[in-house]
Parts: sequence; C-alpha cells; structure tokens
Amino acid sequence: MSTARFDPTRSRSEPPASPVLDRRRFLGEAAAGACAAAPFLLGVVRLPAAFGQQPDGAYDASEHYYGMGVDPRRCIGCARCVAACKTENDVPAEPHFFNTWIERYVITEDDAVQVDSPNGGLDGFPPLTQANVERTFFVPKLCNHCDNPPCVQVCPVGATFMTEDGVVLVDDEYCIGCRYCIQACPYGARYLHPETHVAAKCTFCYHRLVRGQVPACVEVCPTGARIFGEVRGRATPLARFMRFNQIQVLKPHLNTAPKVLYANLDGEVR
Amino acid sequence: MPQQVPRLVFVFAVALLAMVIARWYLVPDTFGDIGHYRAAAVDSIAARPMKYAGHQQCTLCHSPIQEARLASNHKGVRCEVCHGPAAAHIAAPMEVKPSIPRGRDQCILCHAFNPSRPTGFPQIDPVVHNPLTPCKDCHDPHAPEPPVVPESCAACHGEIARQKLVSHHASLECEVCHAAPVTHKSNPRSARPSKPTDRSFCGACHAIGDPRAAIPQIDLQTHGQPYTCWQCHYPHHPEAP
Repeated sequence: MSTARFDPTRSRSEPPASPVLDRRRFLGEAAAGACAAAPFLLGVVRLPAAFGQQPDGAYDASEHYYGMGVDPRRCIGCARCVAACKTENDVPAEPHFFNTWIERYVITEDDAVQVDSPNGGLDGFPPLTQANVERTFFVPKLCNHCDNPPCVQVCPVGATFMTEDGVVLVDDEYCIGCRYCIQACPYGARYLHPETHVAAKCTFCYHRLVRGQVPACVEVCPTGARIFGEVRGRATPLARFMRFNQIQVLKPHLNTAPKVLYANLDGEVR
Repeated sequence: MPQQVPRLVFVFAVALLAMVIARWYLVPDTFGDIGHYRAAAVDSIAARPMKYAGHQQCTLCHSPIQEARLASNHKGVRCEVCHGPAAAHIAAPMEVKPSIPRGRDQCILCHAFNPSRPTGFPQIDPVVHNPLTPCKDCHDPHAPEPPVVPESCAACHGEIARQKLVSHHASLECEVCHAAPVTHKSNPRSARPSKPTDRSFCGACHAIGDPRAAIPQIDLQTHGQPYTCWQCHYPHHPEAP
C-alpha cells in the first residue's frame, strides 16, 4: 500500500498506476470538493438572494432605513394611533395587547411620578386625582426598533430579526413562543399573541411601508406628534425633525440604539 | 499514510454528510438568504392587507373637501382619523362606505378638556359646552373656525353662572365686579380678569346710606373688620339677609 507515495518520474497526465492511488485521488478530490461546497451547504455563504430578483420600480429594502420621531409635546392623548394600530394589524381588542400605547405622566410637586395607561389610552384617561400636580403630559410608546435589539439577540431560533431597512419583525410562522424576547425587551413592546401563541409587536406597519405608505399610527395622528421617515439617507420628514429638535431616546444607557427618536422629552420619561 | 487517516476521513465525511442532510430537513427554506432569519417571512409580512388607505387615495375623488381641510385648522387631521379605515371603501367605493361621525363622540376624543393635553390645544368641557348639540351644527369639521370667542362668561364658567342665576346677585353682570381684558377670552390663562380686593368695592352698594332700600346695608366701619367681604360672603351666591 505504501510502495510509492511520490514518484517524480511519473508525469501528472499519466493514468494512475494502481487502484491504491486511484482511491487516494478520489478521497482527496472528494475532500477538496466537500471543503469547497461546505460554506454553501452550511449556509455560511449564500449567493445574494435578491440578486437579479428586483424588477424595476419594486420595493428595494436596501435603499431604506426607517425610524420614527415622536414629539410628546404635541400628543393630545386621543389614542387614535392605538385604535388605528389595532385595526390595521389585527391586534386583539382586549387590554394588555398593544403595539403602541399612550402613557400619561403625572408629576406632582413632591417629585412623585405616576404613569398610567388605562387600556392603552383607548377609553380616555380618568380625571386626575392627585393634588399639587406640577406637570402632566402624554407620551406615545411603541417598539423602538433598536439598531442593537436585545430581542433579536435572545431569540433561540432566529424568528425575530431586523430587516435590511431597519425594522424589527417577528416571523410568526417560525416563532416557537418561548417568550425570551418578551423578557428581553426593555421597553415592554412585545406580547404573546393570545390566539397564535407567538410573540407579536409593532412592525412599523411594514406592509404599508413596502407600498409607500406611512404606518397607520402616523397616518391618523391628528397633531403630527408622530413623524415617520428614514434615519439616514433620504430626505424625509424625519430628517427635518432630527435637525430641528434635540433628539433623545428611551433608556439610552442600555445601548439599544433605538430608532424611535423623541424630542421635547421630559426627564422623568422612562 | 497511516492506516487510521482514511478511516477518520471517512468518519468525518459521514458526519458531515449527516449534518448536511439534517440541515436540509431542519432549516426552513430561505433561512439565511438575507440574514439569520427566513427571508420568506419578510415577504409574508409585507403581503398583509392594508386597512387604512392613506389620505392620498381619498384626494383622488374627494379633492374639494381635501382642499378645504388643508386650508383649515384641521390640515393635519387626515380623513381616516374621523372616518375610520377606508381601504375597503377604495376597493369598492359604492358597496362599502366609511363611517360619518355625526354626534359628539369623535370630536370629544380630541377636544374634551384634559389637563394633560398641551397648552393651547383647543379644548372644551363637553358637559357645559352646548351639551347634546352635535358639534358639526356649529363647527364644520372639514374647515373648523378658529376658536370662536365665547359670547358669555358662562361658556367656560358655567358652574359659577348657574349659581349666580339663583342668587340675589342674578341681575349683576360679571363685568360689574370683574374687568376682563379683551385677550382673556382667547387666552384665558395668561390674561386674567380682575377681582375686587377691597371692602369699599362691595361698599359701593352695601354701605349705609345707599338709597336703594332693598339692598342689605351694613356699616363698613364696624361690620366684620378686619376681613374683606368675600372671606365670609360668597359673592356668586350670597346668603339671604
């Protein structure tokens, strides 16, 4: 078997002298082929899926990077956004399931902060009971579509993800309903859908974005408290919002890099 | 070559093959095409139906109303805020009609007084502001007038006005005691009306010597010193003599 490992007298084009060498060459070529094919078979490297698939005029996710501006100083707490979101996205009507909701902040003169959001603000807000109210205002909340999303990091199956255009979505056919992402979200923006038993959240109305529409909450906000656009790249209303306001995000110390940007935000808002 | 190398290569090849086959069955189609997720999920989410059509669609047929609205204070209030989701209406304009709010409910959602609302947003108290009257009887929702200056003080101060109406001061106009700056009606908090601050103001009617005998009269020098009148008597509903 080990008669001649290497024979310099034999040229490469010469057919193999023995069946032993034949098997060696087969194994070698098979191994080389396997090594070459492995990245593709294992999914480490894939041919670009979108390559040649975009007809002219179709939506190209790589050209967008979405974000939302929120100006709480304009919010009147009418919760039209909450109602529109529930309609547009078939969110269960009962309380505790919200893609977006309105919080009322009441800060009294002893610096106590009380936050309430009865049914997300849909049924209105009860009269203030506190004495000595120093300031009170509404804050719209929703998924922050973090650039560094903790929910995506913890998903064990890859069912939640950030699209190329910066929207954090849930694959409701692939989600196993383990609730890790609900635990991980520092903004409380996720819930387990009571009928499908998978995680659900704000999608920025992705089905509207690909059709050139703004999210339903932005469409119905009567005071322009929500501004939709792209955080970089194109000139959108959000660019103007970012230029003319001092921008804050919720819980910046968590390094989640939210793409929901707040202006005129009270220091007590969490 | 050592004898064990081909066997190891064989074992590794079998393991690799098993892994590839297992992956083939376990990993869903399109997983990893774009990132660590099913690319098909993006398409299925993007294919969801729209319920809100967007105001551009409404303009195609209802442009006169749109133009009036865009020139008014409701320029930011798009059609579907009040009329509800209209994608079905646009798909079948004659069969499906969006709702037309005719009562007060829809207006009150935004315009009922709420202290948490931003300063300057037009708000009314629905209990005292023409209750039971549909808002659109006075205000065109597609072109609402700027906040009309209330004609009477009772529009805002209804409780006081009702109390005064059954009191001995019923015939006195508010302006007799309160001097309201013109801007008070449009900017109530920053331009406040005056209030009587001294005893002599009430004494103009109630001091001894006034010829109108029906008015209860007291001696300002001895009665209730050192207090000012309103500390004991509520002027909007003074007690009977």
